Amino acid sequence: MSSLLRAFLLAAAALCAMGASRATTTITLATFPDLDRAARAALPRWHAAHPDVDVKIVSLQYADHHDRMTTDLATGSGLPDVMAIDFKFIGKFTGSGGFEDLYKPPYDAAGLRAAFPAYTLAQATNAKGELSALPADIGPGTLLYRADLLAKAGLTEADLTRDWPTFIAAGVKLKAATGACLLASSNDVVDIVLRSNLPPGEGIYFDRAGKVLVDDARFVRAFELGRAAHRAGIDAGTTMWTNEWVAGFRSGRIAGQMMGSWLAGHLKNWLAPDTAGKWRSAPLPGGVYASYGGSFYAIPRRARHKAEAWAFIQFLTADRQTQLDALRQFGNFPSLLSAQQDPVVAEPIAFLGGQAAGVLWRDTAGKVPAIPVDKYDAMATDAVRAEYQNVIADGKDIHAALADAKTLIEHRARR
Amino acid sequence: MTSPLTSESAVAPPAPAHASASRAAWRRRARKLAPYAFIAPFFVLFGVFGLFPLLFSIWLSLHQWDAASGLAAMHWVGLENYGYAITDPWFSKSLLNTLWFAVASGVPQHLVALPLAFLIHMTLKRSRNFVVGAYFVPYVTSSVAIALIFTTLFSKDYGVINAMLPGPPIDWLGDKFWARITIAFVVFWRYLGWNVVLYLSALQVISGDLYEAATLDGASRWQQFRYVALPLLKPMMFFAITLTLIGNLQLFEEPFILIPPDSGVATSVMTTATFMYRMAFSDGDFGTASAVSWLLFFIIAALTWGNARLFGKEGASDVAR
Repeated sequence: MSSLLRAFLLAAAALCAMGASRATTTITLATFPDLDRAARAALPRWHAAHPDVDVKIVSLQYADHHDRMTTDLATGSGLPDVMAIDFKFIGKFTGSGGFEDLYKPPYDAAGLRAAFPAYTLAQATNAKGELSALPADIGPGTLLYRADLLAKAGLTEADLTRDWPTFIAAGVKLKAATGACLLASSNDVVDIVLRSNLPPGEGIYFDRAGKVLVDDARFVRAFELGRAAHRAGIDAGTTMWTNEWVAGFRSGRIAGQMMGSWLAGHLKNWLAPDTAGKWRSAPLPGGVYASYGGSFYAIPRRARHKAEAWAFIQFLTADRQTQLDALRQFGNFPSLLSAQQDPVVAEPIAFLGGQAAGVLWRDTAGKVPAIPVDKYDAMATDAVRAEYQNVIADGKDIHAALADAKTLIEHRARR
Repeated sequence: MTSPLTSESAVAPPAPAHASASRAAWRRRARKLAPYAFIAPFFVLFGVFGLFPLLFSIWLSLHQWDAASGLAAMHWVGLENYGYAITDPWFSKSLLNTLWFAVASGVPQHLVALPLAFLIHMTLKRSRNFVVGAYFVPYVTSSVAIALIFTTLFSKDYGVINAMLPGPPIDWLGDKFWARITIAFVVFWRYLGWNVVLYLSALQVISGDLYEAATLDGASRWQQFRYVALPLLKPMMFFAITLTLIGNLQLFEEPFILIPPDSGVATSVMTTATFMYRMAFSDGDFGTASAVSWLLFFIIAALTWGNARLFGKEGASDVAR
């Protein structure tokens, strides 16, 4: 027994000695696919510059990752040093105040203010004015459409982008000529119209004072246009990221999708690789500049290695080379403005028939207004979407639907 | 509770006089502690994963807590969360959905499982285990596989089911009405085998003499089922229906895996358990989510009690009283 104990002590001592001699710090990055690929690909360059800081990447599926981070923040244990946060969760997470304020020393994100589009920093800033995260990539909104099907119907890009009535008319013509739907879901129209003509400083669902805006004219117009598109029969009635949606792209049944520019990468890589060369990217209809998605990195207040974490976040977000590598390899559109100016961005994209769409996306990114996010945005989105479904499926009156959505949101956001 | 342990130590042989006294004492202590050590794993696991979450959720339901803000952000609101949950329009909606699913998937389960079990019991001999196993497979199939297969089968545009049906394609998972039917069907499909196994086990205890006597009296197979098997199955029916009731009221997996949360019909198939999950992980309101879980518990308890009153006259008369 004593010999066993001695062996154990020896082993423990050896471990301590090893730790002391190497003196490396290991930081943890909690992330999710596909974002993890960009971080993983950047590691060799990171290690070359920081041989003393190891990075352990823990990647869970999208929903699991955000659930896990919620519970980790709740208990304050097991938190990573660097946390990846998707746009959908950024409002909720930054609103919680569980992260370091990157504007305060020892962080110097104030100096990076001009390095990123203003709207992305607004998304990562909470009501107290704390900057909780830096953007890793952004999703300038674009309309991806099948140029071949459009040509078959005798339509041009201008027919899609001028305004909503011509968009819907073009959809009808396209459907008659080719049988293809210009929209996967009429909900996409609602989403974009809600983002147009927002007064500065106003959120999508809440104004600056936290008042719920859900029954104003913008919402009525969005619902009306969505319903008009649905009634015209130009939507395929599929939900994003379902089998039908994917099949719709592959078979050419869905001929258009408004989304972040990153969708082009997804289409090319797995959604519909066989349709290469047939897609084009256009500005969103009606002169709207919007952003879809985007990823962020934050440092939890309870992280153990904050200095190293901050260095790593800067390396992922504010390093031109990392940002360009992510664009080149994975199609992640750079959040860093100086990276957006690189000639790589203006290169023709084979999947889009040689279109230099990066220029359009860069232009859009520069024009997206800074819309403040609210921690209840996700909930409000659910409530509005559910009521829109009632309008579409059950013929519910738009004003009644919006009033119901408003009641629910006010109830939920009581605190 | 402690008596077996004390008697155990009393029975322990006295330490031999020549052995060292301390070693004997140690051994005695070890003997006394050993039973505790043996049952400890269960109690530790139960305490950590069963009891603590249970008690903590009661505590949590009395607080307002945005989980992402950390434990320090909890603040006491008393019963406010309960009132808040009850007045939430989606809570009542989710309850109605849950009850609808409980009936629409629960009733057919038993209406089919009873005769099916009887049929298997009476007609199959050698192939019985195989058939029962086949019916039981869905019960032990992983939910990911189920989601994958059923979303493919029920796909609107390229699903096998629509391909076989005449007429315009039905949007099984994207239309309010059909999405509910589809989910109820999947629940039915998944738990039918479980009920068949329950009823089969009860049928096997029924003595063959009774059927023989019935046959001699000229009873048909249907009459044997109706007048011999069914009355004797009552206790098992009570048990199986109670399990179905509890399980269906906690329904979470099937709607969650079949209908993406972004889908427009997601709220139409939202059960109370999915609502609770959304409240916690989408809205970040863990206090209200805990309150919802306890409200659900009370509803299940009340309905189970009602079921015992209604159904369990013979089967579970003790429970009812």
